[in-house]
Amino acid sequence: MNLSELPGALDLEIIQGTFEDRPLTGVYTSDLLSDVMANADEVEVLVTIQSHKNTVAVATLVGVSVILVCNNRPVPEDMVEAARSEGVGILRSSRNQFVISGELYRILGSS
Amino acid sequence: MAPAGPIPIDTDSPSPIITELIYRLKVRDVMTREVRTCSVDDTVRDAQQTMKRNGITGVPVVDGTRLLGIVSMDDVIRALEDAAIDGPVTEYMTRSVIVLEDDMPLSFGISYLEKYRYGRFPVLDAGKNLVGIITSRDIIIALLLEINKEVQRFEDSTRRAETHGRGFRLEYTTRRFDFEMAGRLSTETKKLLKERNLPPKTIRRVAVATYELEMNQVVHSVGGTVRVAFDPAAGQVEIVATDRGPGIENVDEALNEGYSTANEWVRSLGFGAGMGLPNTRRVSDTFDISSSPDGTTVRVTISTPQEEPHEPV
Repeated sequence: MNLSELPGALDLEIIQGTFEDRPLTGVYTSDLLSDVMANADEVEVLVTIQSHKNTVAVATLVGVSVILVCNNRPVPEDMVEAARSEGVGILRSSRNQFVISGELYRILGSS
Repeated sequence: MAPAGPIPIDTDSPSPIITELIYRLKVRDVMTREVRTCSVDDTVRDAQQTMKRNGITGVPVVDGTRLLGIVSMDDVIRALEDAAIDGPVTEYMTRSVIVLEDDMPLSFGISYLEKYRYGRFPVLDAGKNLVGIITSRDIIIALLLEINKEVQRFEDSTRRAETHGRGFRLEYTTRRFDFEMAGRLSTETKKLLKERNLPPKTIRRVAVATYELEMNQVVHSVGGTVRVAFDPAAGQVEIVATDRGPGIENVDEALNEGYSTANEWVRSLGFGAGMGLPNTRRVSDTFDISSSPDGTTVRVTISTPQEEPHEPV
């Protein structure tokens, strides 16, 4: 599955839709950005509730294409702007990190 | 129109930059030089027409360049009430005019606006000639322009960069709790290394170390600098982070994963979990740290693949 198919497959809200479309091969779930820095390697999607500008910086540094914000956390405008200028997508769901991760795990397992 | 409120600048104890600015700027730097005036022979109606044509609410009355008084919209209304709109303007103008001198600091202009609540002040030179007029609009525009320049200067002073061949040096200044700025150095470093076609793994290691060190200064120190230098000949990237205190009480503890002195707010943003220094050390080839209450310096190096030697074919 490609990243661009995620919003349709998981019923996600597209907050910032300009990003490089790549095949989904890996996901990292964490709310601790230092942990993301340390351990998220070669993944395209970051599942988190940290919706602020620094999440975009961390995503850019570790090469994440899409930030998936859970629990419908509000996404500040400066985060959207930063994401747009860095080409990082922001998707959002009302479900929590556990449920979203589970669904992504199933998608990865079936492909 | 509502009466002009005070300009919300505390002229008694503003920030040093604003103080410097409102004393450095003179009234003549801010005033409008092309003053619409009335002469002694004009009627109140002439004054009113001048206001209407120019979209202003007050006109100085002059004899040559000598200021005699000022006529405002209120004076025009008074004349209308007296059915004297065609009477001489000199009978309705205000004679005791509060004026500014052109070489006074702008701070005077600001405090006059607060003190007298007039919409405008005529400006005289040392020879008592009318040379301009100043309104709150003039002051606001001048202040915005100057503050803009100051911010520009300030931003420029936080970044220094130089390149030599493929190599480069970048330096950023960090400030306490300035999360906006943290990440700028690592982002720029990452771009420069990408342009130089370094392996993604190496770029990632440099980016992680740079970001963690920037973040550490923003979270824990009063501020400092982080410098990145790429030396292709030596085959390494060197990152040096130096802050101005307060120092790490127990360096050995700080190098243990999970040890943290960060506050709740920083933690709520997803940082301050005690992984910064351990992360940095993990991605580095060499790692040195020294700390005292005067400041902490962390110096790390990350090897980059050597240049391909150009062999003769």
